[in-house]
Amino acid sequence: MRIRAGRSVFRRARGDSPVKRAAIHLVLILSCVVSVYPFLRVVSVSLRPSNQLLSTSLAFVPPGASLENYRALIFERDFTIWLWNSLIVSAASVLVGLMLAATAAYAFSRWKFPGRRQGLLFLLTTQMIPAGMLLLPIYVMVVRLRLFNTYTGMTIAYSVGSVPFSIWILKGYYDTIPRELEEAALVDGASPLAAFWRVVIPLSTPALAIAGLFSFMTAWNDYMMARVMLQKADMFTWPVGFQKLMDQFQTAWGQFAAASVLVAIPALALFLYSSKWLVSGMTLGGVKE
Amino acid sequence: MALTWDVVTRGLGEIGRLIGIVAAVVIALETMAYLVLHKLLKCKYSLPLMLLLPALVGVLALIVYPFGFNVYLAFSNMNMFRFKDFSVGISYGITNLLDVFRLPVLQKVTFLQLLGRTVLWTVVNVVFHVLGGLALAILLHRPMKGKGIYRTLLVVPWALPQVISALAWRGEFHFQYGFVNLMLERLGLRPVPWLSDPRWAFVAVVLVNIWLGIPFMMVVLLGGLQSISQEYYDAAQIDGASGWQQFRSITMPLLKPVLTPAVILGVVWTFNNFNVIYLVTKGGPMEGTDLLVTSMFKAVFEFYRYGFGAAYAMVIFVFLFIFSAVYLRLSGGFKGAWES
Repeated sequence: MRIRAGRSVFRRARGDSPVKRAAIHLVLILSCVVSVYPFLRVVSVSLRPSNQLLSTSLAFVPPGASLENYRALIFERDFTIWLWNSLIVSAASVLVGLMLAATAAYAFSRWKFPGRRQGLLFLLTTQMIPAGMLLLPIYVMVVRLRLFNTYTGMTIAYSVGSVPFSIWILKGYYDTIPRELEEAALVDGASPLAAFWRVVIPLSTPALAIAGLFSFMTAWNDYMMARVMLQKADMFTWPVGFQKLMDQFQTAWGQFAAASVLVAIPALALFLYSSKWLVSGMTLGGVKE
Repeated sequence: MALTWDVVTRGLGEIGRLIGIVAAVVIALETMAYLVLHKLLKCKYSLPLMLLLPALVGVLALIVYPFGFNVYLAFSNMNMFRFKDFSVGISYGITNLLDVFRLPVLQKVTFLQLLGRTVLWTVVNVVFHVLGGLALAILLHRPMKGKGIYRTLLVVPWALPQVISALAWRGEFHFQYGFVNLMLERLGLRPVPWLSDPRWAFVAVVLVNIWLGIPFMMVVLLGGLQSISQEYYDAAQIDGASGWQQFRSITMPLLKPVLTPAVILGVVWTFNNFNVIYLVTKGGPMEGTDLLVTSMFKAVFEFYRYGFGAAYAMVIFVFLFIFSAVYLRLSGGFKGAWES
């Protein structure tokens, strides 16, 4: 939905006095400063040379600014390994999760089998279990299966968490694909599974992408599960690694800041790029015109 | 130590093997289901059931079974010294459950204190999220220059990975070098012992979480405002309603369908928030900022009281479950979700 220019909550806003308009801009500018400043400060700390790491200066570009922290981070720390671990575990859990969710959502969308309603409701209920609650049982299971400190254990722990949500998203999308398309394929002699694979899956790329992105982000940004499952430094995902850096505040603050900048910039770019659709996509059940 | 070719190939090998195994298990399950349901039982719904089976197995193995296992552990005396050879019995379950209420959950803080603090935390945060988000949404909804830039900058706290912002805030609350105190000093105020005084630490985590949560509400409410038809305001204008009257009798009621689910989501997220507390203060100092979820995590993974932790998790779950059930009743459930 386009934002309609010239309309406002208060119609009288159109005749706002210059003072009122200036006040509004002032409030918005102050809010923007509050919202952005902490990150700017991270950027600033990341540029500090190591002998001025702990300084009481508030200057944005610190005196003697250098990229030393970035160099030390990349070549002397496990930073690249942390990123790699996060990447591989997140990507694998997306693949496993989608493999399970894509077919299940299809069953929910196309057949009215007994227990369908209860099944969907059950999937919704699982979302109310607080994350920390399944942590202990999964931890015990993983230790017993000797999957502690492994990519396999992490992937398994992450993959199923997002399956219920993915099923909901995909089911909603499949519902919008006309059945006639599959029926045409069936008439041409394809089996129901082939019709699903050749017709429905290619058409639902956007929904698969959204469900995949959501699962990826959940695994990528998780701290709690990783903190419990990973003890070996070379298996850390980035959130655990960053936390270890921050624990050495006096010595590694600059490297933590550099690491944050490197991880946050792609995340910010992705988010801001998609924020065009955010406002219209987030109406959460509001009636749209 | 940097990323080497060895690490990459080892990782890819392990993940490749895992995905291969999962795919093989999925195919095996489906074939078996097909043979049993279709050929043997001639079931009418063999195809959908077969498609459902892999996800069903996954959910059973990693959500339902752990849930049940948690209940089982709640009736055990499992702890650091009895990780492998713990025993299970009703009496242990009762002891664990009573311990939740009669003893400090960690070292000092009791369950009731934690519950009260968690409720306070949730209410304060959600109120400020909604008020802040609503104010910004209303300001942004008017025609003006630079709206796009404002909106982009204002969603930054939401766009940053939470772990990063929480850890960065922890650094910035440092007594001597954090910008919060540096700024207070520039303004001629006394620096605040943010992370060493329990009360100030609680204020600090609340401030961080308010900062984090406003953009979400702002975006949701902005979407809601945009969906309200201008005609209502035109009509009200003709009737001579003031701006405040329009806000009260048009904006607020029409915003409600958007606001209610957003508030529910906000409450559940805030209630369960682990990252902000654990990464900014670790629940300290002196357990002064621990909430239910963080104290559960600490009881299990720092004090190694597994049986007790499992019972404690059940208690917290019951509270959340009652809240969700009441909400579902009040909001009329998820009607229409399965009718299509």
